[in-house]
Amino acid sequence: MTTTATPAKEKGLLGTLAGGRSIPGRVVPVLATFVLFVLLFGVGAGRYDGFTSGQVVANLFIDNSFLIVLAVGMTFVIVTGGIDLSVGAVVALSTMVAAAGLGAGLPAPLVVLLVLAMGSTLGLLMGLVIHYFEIQPFIVTLAGMFLARGLCFVVGVQSISIKDPTFRSIATASLPLSANVSITWSVVIALAIVAVAGWVLHRTRFGRTAYAVGGNENSAMLMGLPVARVKVGVYVISGICSATAGLLFALYMLSGYGLHAVGMELDAIASVVIGGTLLSGGVGYVLGSLLGVLVLGVIQTLISFQGTLSSWWTKIAIGTLLLLFIVMQRVFMRRQP
Amino acid sequence: MTSTRPLDRFRSSGLLWPLVAIVVLLAANAVVRPSFLALRFQDGHLYGSLIDILKNGAPTMLIALGMCLVIATRGIDLSVGAVVAISGAVTCSSIVGAAEPGSAGAAFVGMGTALALCAVLGLWNGFLVAGLGMQPIIATLVLMTAGRGIAMLITDGQIITVRNPTFRTVGAGFLVLPVSILIAVAVFVLVALVTRRTALGLLIESVGINPEASRLAGLRARTIRWTVYVFAAICAGVAGLMISSNVSAADANNAGLWIEMDAILAVVIGGTSLAGGRYSLTGTLLGALIIQTLTTTVYSMGIDPKITLVFKAVVVIAVCLLQAPKVRAALLGRTRRRHAPPDPEAEPTARQGTQTPTEPLVEKVAQP
Repeated sequence: MTTTATPAKEKGLLGTLAGGRSIPGRVVPVLATFVLFVLLFGVGAGRYDGFTSGQVVANLFIDNSFLIVLAVGMTFVIVTGGIDLSVGAVVALSTMVAAAGLGAGLPAPLVVLLVLAMGSTLGLLMGLVIHYFEIQPFIVTLAGMFLARGLCFVVGVQSISIKDPTFRSIATASLPLSANVSITWSVVIALAIVAVAGWVLHRTRFGRTAYAVGGNENSAMLMGLPVARVKVGVYVISGICSATAGLLFALYMLSGYGLHAVGMELDAIASVVIGGTLLSGGVGYVLGSLLGVLVLGVIQTLISFQGTLSSWWTKIAIGTLLLLFIVMQRVFMRRQP
Repeated sequence: MTSTRPLDRFRSSGLLWPLVAIVVLLAANAVVRPSFLALRFQDGHLYGSLIDILKNGAPTMLIALGMCLVIATRGIDLSVGAVVAISGAVTCSSIVGAAEPGSAGAAFVGMGTALALCAVLGLWNGFLVAGLGMQPIIATLVLMTAGRGIAMLITDGQIITVRNPTFRTVGAGFLVLPVSILIAVAVFVLVALVTRRTALGLLIESVGINPEASRLAGLRARTIRWTVYVFAAICAGVAGLMISSNVSAADANNAGLWIEMDAILAVVIGGTSLAGGRYSLTGTLLGALIIQTLTTTVYSMGIDPKITLVFKAVVVIAVCLLQAPKVRAALLGRTRRRHAPPDPEAEPTARQGTQTPTEPLVEKVAQP
């Protein structure tokens, strides 16, 4: 790869907007994503009655809470210049393990811990293989994807419904924000994860090292940064995020099934890219990924409000957006000194 | 040392382990079910489990061939599965919409249209990679995401079934051997001749090692990269014809699902490095056969076919670890001490940077 990504400076989005005279190129994609979100929402508001109601916005978060969590984990991996194709399969495996565990009469907290432990172990194993055997992340996580999907069917080939009262009550509970807008616990969990992840990536040593590794791994190594720990760590984070997303997905569907979340890794990658994270590593914001998910969510909402448009337009729209944003990234990154 | 040269050359070609793997798999099958290796001749056609493996593996073989050349240029094509779906969708909807849906003409028009469209899709991928200079994994991700949507658009979200004897020949016909095998073998021979009897193979490898240097050395690096993506898309198109012809239907959602993974797996098992610059067509073919044999083995052992994925995962990891420079260096370090004086060039420390070396360490040890 000839393009050398500049390691991101420790300067938040707000800081650059308030203090900087010119907007640096790497923030432009995030701003563009925000503008796109507002535009798409504006189109919806102009064309359909009720599009601007608070519940439509709340539903964006409710229906995409698992994707938000996935995209956050994926952001860490992509910032270091890697990729994680296993996330969709780990989501499916998590729903399956959760459903089977609850079905076997295990208490809900234990099941949650079990799923999280499973996700982080899978992530750890993949990270170790990627770093210590120097195999491309793409192929290792591909194997992880096969393994997780296969394990789903080892657990069971049928869909298992979740009847546990604790899970059901968490899933159906609604938290009223105002008179006629309410959200679910999934949204709270997802947003909490966004906040924690944003802090870790933008404000801690771990996050700075992640950007440095993505910018230039050799330089990071020569600078004495803990490259191994961070490179393995991001896959553990992605594994935990996938497991959490799986739990949220289990809450959303109230079932476990081996064919849940097929192709969700693509949605997660697309959200991260649309959110302005550079796939060659070194540049990206957690907030951008959240915006990326919301853009995909608005497209889906638009299509469902339209009613006549077929749902496969979603895929074409996501593909087109992906293309637009990659081209835009190239243009803006080239202009940077 | 001279007397063992052919053996050494064979070892260094990287085909030994894939061959061992396939023999072990076949032997395991033969032990479980002695009739496994039997071939019978009936109505001028050859039948048997081995033939089934070849027939079912033909689409993967074709796609893996295209993928192999793409990977040799240090690229990757994730969109082949979507192209498979589009190819089937176009052919079936064209045949259904023809004046005489059962005629040979309708079949040829449909297949021709599909392959032409696939070539255009390949041009598109090539444009993104070679024209705009995008990372291949990202550039082809676009079509991978959008492609199935396009296929659904073409079939209007339906599974289109066709009844056309000519079209059915491509995937389910026999000419002593199943026609799909003959097509795959023909393409393989053609590719092998074109790349290994002309300089094209060498040029592809040099583009994979360093596109910029190749361009400065006077190669049309851009055209070569462009060509391999078009070739991969056409291969995927033909595979799409086989798959949809075999079931006489176009299923935009499921045709060729995850086949890009199988194809990449086949290429990697065959000893081609994902870092580009070196490839093995025979290895790729063996890799595709191993995957198909593995799938068939799982079927014949009476295990739920969906669990095949676990076995595939184990194989990928095992093969990758065997190919990993660090593991190789460790294994070779031991053999070297036993057989030959230490060769300073083959020391792993001679490598620079963290990039995976494209040249196998084996060759340096094997040649005296």
